[in-house]
Amino acid sequence: MNILVCVKRVPATGGRILLTEDGSAIDTRHLGFTVSPHEECAVEEAVRIVEARGGTSTVLTLGPSEAEEQLREAMAIGIDRAILLETDGRDWDPVATASAIVDAIRAEEAANGPFDLILFGNESADSGGFQVGIRVAAALGRLCVSGVKALAVGDGSVVARREATGGGWESFELPMPAVVGVKEGLNLPRYPSVPGRLRARKKEVARTSPAWAAGGLEKIVLRLPQTETTVAEVIGRGAEAAPAVVDLLTKIGVVGR
Amino acid sequence: MSGAVIVVLNAPGGAIDRPSLEALTVARGLAETHGASLEAVLVGADPAGARAAAAQLRSPGVATALVVDHPELTVDQPDGWAAALTGIIASRAPLAVVGSGTERGNELFARVAARAGLPMAANCLAVEPSGDRYRLTRQRWAGSLLEDAWLDAQIKLLTIAPNSVPAADPVALGAAAAPVEPVAPDISADDLRLRVTSREAPERGKVSLGDAKVVVGGGRGVGSGEGFADLEELAALLGGAVGGSRVVTSAGWRPHSDQIGQTGLRIAPDVYIACGISGAIQHIVGCKAAKHILAINTDADAPIMGVADYAVIGDLHTVVPAISAELRRRGAAG
Ligand SMILES: Cc1cc2nc3c(=O)[nH]c(=O)nc-3n(C[C@H](O)[C@H](O)[C@H](O)COP(=O)(O)OP(=O)(O)OC[C@H]3O[C@@H](n4cnc5c(N)ncnc54)[C@H](O)[C@@H]3O)c2cc1C
Ligand SMILES: Nc1ncnc2c1ncn2[C@@H]1O[C@H](COP(=O)(O)O)[C@@H](O)[C@H]1O
Repeated sequence: MNILVCVKRVPATGGRILLTEDGSAIDTRHLGFTVSPHEECAVEEAVRIVEARGGTSTVLTLGPSEAEEQLREAMAIGIDRAILLETDGRDWDPVATASAIVDAIRAEEAANGPFDLILFGNESADSGGFQVGIRVAAALGRLCVSGVKALAVGDGSVVARREATGGGWESFELPMPAVVGVKEGLNLPRYPSVPGRLRARKKEVARTSPAWAAGGLEKIVLRLPQTETTVAEVIGRGAEAAPAVVDLLTKIGVVGR
Repeated sequence: MSGAVIVVLNAPGGAIDRPSLEALTVARGLAETHGASLEAVLVGADPAGARAAAAQLRSPGVATALVVDHPELTVDQPDGWAAALTGIIASRAPLAVVGSGTERGNELFARVAARAGLPMAANCLAVEPSGDRYRLTRQRWAGSLLEDAWLDAQIKLLTIAPNSVPAADPVALGAAAAPVEPVAPDISADDLRLRVTSREAPERGKVSLGDAKVVVGGGRGVGSGEGFADLEELAALLGGAVGGSRVVTSAGWRPHSDQIGQTGLRIAPDVYIACGISGAIQHIVGCKAAKHILAINTDADAPIMGVADYAVIGDLHTVVPAISAELRRRGAAG
């Protein structure tokens, strides 16, 4: 089994988002970077499938040179090799992103044979376009399902299960090669081990620099939504607060129904 | 006719769902700005369901209700629907196609965009034509951040973020029933290859986290899986459900199905009691629709204090059992 996972480097924002003065980006001076939890699960799944069935796992990202950090993180978990499509820091829209990823996959498959399975996150953490994986699948002429929370790889096909609208589950059986967009909950990703991190340092990162292209969706500026910042009313401290809390819950109408 | 605005309306159980009615609000506004007519494509469980939903629409607000008529096409075939919609777009050359930014709505639009070779803007809140382009506002970070952007394309594909614009009243669109036009889409056998092969019904019994009126949420401050017993007890007394932050699901203290937030569930209970949760933006987007938020935290300066309505400062393992005891005491007292 050859498996490809696509991840995107994003700032690890916490309690609140700060923007740069011109609103063109998130102020990342005091932030670390990560990938979406969906993509962490995709990485873990690829490692598990290769552990169980043999083969090679590859992680790919389109991003700045620093995105090597996210590739090494994935390799510390157990991904075998990495591809960095290096950008100059400009924004790539979903059309341009998908098209660069498709070119890279075609080149990769021409050299090393097809990927049986390509895993994406259901949506990227930052821009949330809900589309790059679906576009890549369409360009490659492969079947694709998104929103997937369970995967079972068989011989020549994969069963992908996702939550159905209105509750319950629905499953698809896809012939491989296939493309799947996954969500957090697919598995519980492991933490990288120290030996894993050491091994990751020696693994290969292949770099290319695709040319930037306009894709039809162009960011003008970022803004924080207008939310009233409330200041919580402190109704008590410690165990002594219990009567006040029950009074409150009674007033709200959730006690004694 | 060409140059219309098309809205895609989902009617899973025969009635048009709320996110679709929100998309209808935006589509109607666009049609008015353009001076164009509005056509609706109905996506039902089957053609009969779509026809029933079409009967809810009124003219002149909706000029035509398009009902896809295909013997083999059901909701179980996402590529089939994408092919049908792509065909409609190709033959009618609309100015824009608007749908709902639900999981399935975004998926359908992405499939159509990929087939039609068009860009697509997901989860928009506002859109304004400007020359040949649209200037729009869309959600990033699940709504923690907004982006103003240009959408530049011959045909604009966009989905509307759920719960961000008012839902249209389809009856207010006119006096007469909107004329229904059946469309026979060109769907190949290849488009019908992808289909749901099995379904499982939802589990019954337990109060589901998504529907609970009271949710007791636990974060890192709970300390362990066993530590959730205090929260379980309080939730049971209030007839509610237990949820948590990503920290507790990543640690394996709770299953991922309990996670509230950007990559978990969005909840809208009457009360959310957040215990030992700091209030990261990715958690808050999942619980901000709660009518009331009560935070229980040792840190009076935690970011959650800027979102919560009420707070108790203290160790949750002292405060939560004390609340349960007080509830029991009053229950016993009548
Ligand atoms: C792309 C992305 C998506 C994400 N999606 C989600 C998501 O869906 N849901 C989610 O929750 N997070 C999500 N996160 C993670 C998020 O950023 C935070 O890391 C997480 O929400 C923090 O969880 P927490 O509040 O439990 O832990 P912490 O931030 O560590 O906070 C613990 C809190 O407990 C308090 N505390 C400690 N001990 C006690 C005690 N004994 N009694 C009372 N209070 C105590 C502390 O004062 C502190 O405020 C996401 C992150 C990223 C990057
Ligand atoms: N720059 C990128 N590099 C690699 N993969 C990406 C990139 N952007 C998006 N993806 C993948 O496509 C998925 C969906 O992204 P999006 O369409 O932006 O929501 C993500 O979860 C990633 O798996």
